[in-house]
Amino acid sequence: MAGPESNAVADLAVAPSSGVSASRQFVLALSRLWAWAFLALMILFFVISVPILNNGTVNFLTLRNSQNILVAITPVLLLGLGQTFVIIGAGIDLSVGWVMSLASVISALAIRSAFNAGLPLFPSVIIGFLAAVAGAGFVGMINGAIIAKLKVPAFIVTLGSSFIVRGVALLMSENTTVIGLPDGIRQYGNESLFYFIRGEGGGLYFLAPPELTGEMLRRMDRILPYPVILTAIVVAIAMFVLRKTQFGRHTYAIGGNLEAALRTGIPVDRRIISLYALSAVTAGIAGFLSTLRFTAGSAVIGDPLLLSSIAAVIIGGVSLFGGAGTIVGTVIGALIIAVLTTGLVMLNVQSFWQFIVVGTVVIVAVLIDQSRGLLVGRRARSRHAM
Amino acid sequence: MTAPILSIRNLTKRFGGLTAVNKVNWDVYPGEVVALLGDNGAGKSTLIKCVSGVHQAEEGEIYFEGRLSEFAHPMDARRRGIETIYQDLALANNLDVGANIFLGREEKKLYFGGLIRTLDEQKMLREAKATLESLEIHFPSLTQPIENLSGGQRQAVAIARAIYWDARLMIMDEPTNNLGVPEQHKVLELIRRLRDQGVPVILITHTLPDVFAVSDRLMVMHRGRKVTEKKTSETDTQELVQYMVGALDDAKVQ
Repeated sequence: MAGPESNAVADLAVAPSSGVSASRQFVLALSRLWAWAFLALMILFFVISVPILNNGTVNFLTLRNSQNILVAITPVLLLGLGQTFVIIGAGIDLSVGWVMSLASVISALAIRSAFNAGLPLFPSVIIGFLAAVAGAGFVGMINGAIIAKLKVPAFIVTLGSSFIVRGVALLMSENTTVIGLPDGIRQYGNESLFYFIRGEGGGLYFLAPPELTGEMLRRMDRILPYPVILTAIVVAIAMFVLRKTQFGRHTYAIGGNLEAALRTGIPVDRRIISLYALSAVTAGIAGFLSTLRFTAGSAVIGDPLLLSSIAAVIIGGVSLFGGAGTIVGTVIGALIIAVLTTGLVMLNVQSFWQFIVVGTVVIVAVLIDQSRGLLVGRRARSRHAM
Repeated sequence: MTAPILSIRNLTKRFGGLTAVNKVNWDVYPGEVVALLGDNGAGKSTLIKCVSGVHQAEEGEIYFEGRLSEFAHPMDARRRGIETIYQDLALANNLDVGANIFLGREEKKLYFGGLIRTLDEQKMLREAKATLESLEIHFPSLTQPIENLSGGQRQAVAIARAIYWDARLMIMDEPTNNLGVPEQHKVLELIRRLRDQGVPVILITHTLPDVFAVSDRLMVMHRGRKVTEKKTSETDTQELVQYMVGALDDAKVQ
């Protein structure tokens, strides 16, 4: 066929039919980068305001404060990492808080029995880690199996299982803190890779600090505490899995269009079970770290962190409709919450204000995500969570 | 005379008391576009779902490439090369063109003897590009989420996916629905191109202009039965409408 028809398909080359104008491009870029910009502005704000309000005696961006912020975000971030996968897959996991508590109790009991049975400290800690991960992973697999196979909404399943896990954690800990752990584990939870001592007779030390007197101890900063390093490793693994593996790709596909995932032969049920197992495992690692940090297992440690972790994920740009989000976004989200909290405390603002600010940021984050969705004409998405 | 690629013999499918497909005989030959017409509830979707393995017929046989085919599952039909493109296209709008073409069948690179497997993005992008080029489809970017593409472009992605996975028979359900007129022309052009490359296409449609624009032959169903089968050049809109509403019926004439 001659004439204009013959070139018809080649004309598909024209850019998206609606056309991407410069202003739309700008808004799109802004919506993707706003979390970074917000974090930077917030740090700038505290860097300026903290010394002013404290008459120059306190600075925000100090070595010590930055390390404190990093330590503070580890549990929230770990819970958020697994949650990121689940929410990208258009699910939700409300059980991670209590799963973290359960893992804390299980790892404390495991470390104590292993050590009391005569094992050296390090193998006992490893056994504690494996027990925490296995216990948490088991809960996650059950969650996932009920969601995938019995088609019960994720919201309901994980709400129910969080109550069950709470009961089990309290039963196992006999409603008290699990103590009597070998004293040496404190070092795993609190010591760091580097030590820096400011001022006279100071310097940078690797692995072990020198013997110090009280006055010099106050001048010592811990750089890269072990929990932060372990969390950074988990972050790197999570990024790799989400971006580079088939499992990550399928997670986006399931969240983007469940029907398409099913029809193209993706093993959707198996992927959903893995998603909830993964979420529970990162919560288990958080529970294990809290046991090391406090030299005790606690059945109530994780619950208050659940909502913060979901807030971090949402601020980080993971769409609650599924199909969109990144690990880096969640890290930024967790950082925003921690910087806000720390900064407000340093401004001597009553701590209740942090809740009001964090809540506002969450809602603004979702508004930005939605306006982006409208801009690109996002289609209605399947959602198995609710 | 070449042998039919798809041959349906006395096919009957019932849902309870309703006979959705009633003793249908139909042949589809290599290198032709065949339109399947009928009013809502005429049984065309049910017939197609029997061919693509979604439904299993009670009576009759389906021969595909000369072999008796009893598909228990849509994946069985796809493995044999029968690709069905439904109106919703089964694409993940949040993923790019390459990811969609390879959805569920991703290429992987192996490390440490297969212990670690990563997506082979380069290979998938390369193959996607080659397939799109063979169909003379050009996109400004293959690495953007396809939610930025138009309806016709997404249709093209779905077709390219089927072709890459070696479709030997393409079934398309109302492919020009919800598209603007220029985009409709592009999709029809793509259907002609498939035929020219030897892939037969079954076009399920309500849109009579599409039928006359691309199809070589057509078949009309009414209340589960085949009421006529013709060369497209030997009929017209008016006659087809009469067949579709049941006013004409070849079986009754004879």
